[in-house]
Amino acid sequence: MIPELGNFALILALCLAIIQAIFPLVGSLNRTPDWVALARPVAWGQFVFVSLSFGALTHAFLVNDFSVLYVAQHGNTELPIIYKISAVWGAHEGSLLLWVLILSGWTVAVASLTRNLPEEVVARVLSVMGMVSIGFLSFLLFTSNPFERLFPVPVQGGDLNPLLQDFGLAVHPPMLYMGYVGMSVAFSFAIAALIGGKLDSAWARWSRPWTLVAWVFLTIGITLGSWWAYYELGWGGWWFWDPVENASFMPWLAGTALIHSLAVTEKRGAFKRWTVLLALLAFSLSLLGTFLVRSGVLTSVHSFAADPARGLFILIFLLFVIGGSLFLYALRAPSISRGGGFANLSRESLLMGNNLLLLVITALVLLGTLAPLLYDAFQWGKISVGFPWFTSMFVMFTPLLILLMGAAPLTRWKQQDPAALLRSLRLALGVSIAAGIVVALPISSGSMSAGLAVALSVWLLTTLLTSLQQRLKHKSGIGGLLADIASRGGRSYYGMWVAHIGIAVFVIGVTFVTQFDIEKDARMSPGQEIQLNDYLFRFDGVADHKGPNYNAQRGTVRVFREGKEIAVLHPEKRTYLVQSKPMTEAGIDAGFMRDIYVSLGESLGNGDWAVRLYYKPFVRWIWLGGILISIGGLLAASDPRYRMRVLARLRGSRPAADNLAAEGQA
Amino acid sequence: MHPVRKKRLILIGLMVAGVGIAVGFALNAFNQNLMFFYSPSEVIAGDAPEDHPFRLGGLVTTGSVQRQSDGLTTQFDVTDNEKTVTIQYTGILPDLFREGQGIVAHGRLNEGGIFVADEVLAKHDENYMPPEVAASLKDAHDKATAPATGTTATP
Repeated sequence: MIPELGNFALILALCLAIIQAIFPLVGSLNRTPDWVALARPVAWGQFVFVSLSFGALTHAFLVNDFSVLYVAQHGNTELPIIYKISAVWGAHEGSLLLWVLILSGWTVAVASLTRNLPEEVVARVLSVMGMVSIGFLSFLLFTSNPFERLFPVPVQGGDLNPLLQDFGLAVHPPMLYMGYVGMSVAFSFAIAALIGGKLDSAWARWSRPWTLVAWVFLTIGITLGSWWAYYELGWGGWWFWDPVENASFMPWLAGTALIHSLAVTEKRGAFKRWTVLLALLAFSLSLLGTFLVRSGVLTSVHSFAADPARGLFILIFLLFVIGGSLFLYALRAPSISRGGGFANLSRESLLMGNNLLLLVITALVLLGTLAPLLYDAFQWGKISVGFPWFTSMFVMFTPLLILLMGAAPLTRWKQQDPAALLRSLRLALGVSIAAGIVVALPISSGSMSAGLAVALSVWLLTTLLTSLQQRLKHKSGIGGLLADIASRGGRSYYGMWVAHIGIAVFVIGVTFVTQFDIEKDARMSPGQEIQLNDYLFRFDGVADHKGPNYNAQRGTVRVFREGKEIAVLHPEKRTYLVQSKPMTEAGIDAGFMRDIYVSLGESLGNGDWAVRLYYKPFVRWIWLGGILISIGGLLAASDPRYRMRVLARLRGSRPAADNLAAEGQA
Repeated sequence: MHPVRKKRLILIGLMVAGVGIAVGFALNAFNQNLMFFYSPSEVIAGDAPEDHPFRLGGLVTTGSVQRQSDGLTTQFDVTDNEKTVTIQYTGILPDLFREGQGIVAHGRLNEGGIFVADEVLAKHDENYMPPEVAASLKDAHDKATAPATGTTATP
């Protein structure tokens, strides 16, 4: 009964989405206030029904209702509760339901946090989000219904893929989807602005915090995914240029370009058309990503053919979104006014260069991701694009990007005197080149790549410090800094500051772990010792171990440094009872400067095991960089200037809301 | 032409030229980094390159896995149910490597016609399935998952 209610709630949500897509938009065009006023309540209604539906599916997992096909495929009575919940989004149908839930959540957030915006703008934005919602709800209902029943009812479920039975992967998809779907807000603002024909800096200011928050979620999602892959897949990699990863990385790149371009549009009124295009692109790539991953197109051309209904729906929806929005853009673009002019050397021009580079990288990742599909479609052969290619692309473009990143904060808007810029960059340039050379010298590391990475990171750091010094020239001490952070526009600046530091940390992490990691596969007998760098590994054999829903063989590896024991690691080889898939659980001793990572291969008889030993310097810096970037984004999104009018309004119109306003300020 | 416009055009032109050159390099490198996939039948027929690495995929023949005395070098056969090629690999095989399983190996042929792999990939789950073996593996895959759920996902 409950699954049917869930299904019914989904149908009602679709009906509300249709109302939300049509009436507020039409009402905003022919000035019917009643229709415009529908937008918010309908958005709430949709959210309530989608939540009910999501709750119904979660309930089915919790009570092991195997009469629901999806639950029978991915649930199991033996699953720990947290994985029963995360199993809801463990496969295609449920993850789409999560998508829709998050979309309706974002819609409600927009509906309730935009009281300071003109009513007809909000109505249009919510209408466009309603259209997106129609697409996904009908995809869900007509091709991927999670509430489909199964008869006869099996006694036991097929279980969640053991790889997904992990905390990291329980939270990774929701974060990523928050990012993907959040891009729909930027998209909807752009489309609403195109419909209204009014693209100005106010539009950029409204859309900026939303875009930032979505981008932060995307950053967190990708960082979590990378961290998960590192400790869960058992071979110490943190990024594989796998199509699934690229699918999340492309919207991130486009989103990064977008938040920078939005800044220019807000501050200077320039780049308007470009910003709109980026907003359309970022969301299109999010859609492409979701669909590529979830339709199975990328994993197998044949599974695409296996379910032509899904594939066709996807293609039509993508064409509709991309084609429709580009058509609207083409209609409106000629009437978009040109923004403020700028000289060849100005912050605008540097940001334009950064945008171009980001888009080139996006295009190359797209090429590398889709090339196997295209080659197969045209029967040119079955190919894969090598890992080294992606890496060399990054090595080629990232240094340019970082050079611009360092210089831009020190460059004035509109026009910059080259000599003055050079003067303020002189010190940073000298220090970073020197640091790079010192690191690259044979006596320190002898690695050119490491030298380059250090030079680039120091460049970022020193230019940021220079810019901070210039900014605080007339303020003094910690008090001055704090006052500056709290000022209007302050958090935008410090958000940028922290995020760029995050990039510097990330570059160091990536380069050092790639250049200096040590890996050794060995056959080890109990008691045997192996020396790796400064570390001595002693293998103390393998014993049986029983987990809640798996059996494991658990190894013991003691790690010594300079005769002192520094870690006891327990890598495991697990066999999950239901799907009987073997799984490697690595034993990791995490540290700020290095990780020690041990995983079990296979048993070679007589108590001997194939063991994989790693020394991974600076690997944590990769995720630390991701965390700093996210913090920077949040800081920028929380800038008081995005809330000024909300607070003023709350104070003015409703004295009772003073508490709320105070809270918002705190 | 308006001087500001002209300046803007020069700036954009320079940027586009720079990006164009970089993209040219990228595409050139792209062509060199493509790894083509060959089935065992194609390798036996001599279609596969002898001096260039490529990818070889198929099902691991039952009973063919042999471990050499150093413990880390494994030799096994892969088949597409027509022809068979022997693969040699030193290192730790993936978790899901087993006889009868579909795998993809990166490497090159040696003089003896043995494929020396530097990487062996086995299927992680549906999302990590190498597309090339999908056709031949699909049946095997369906058989493997069907008993667990009582249904198959394909209509």
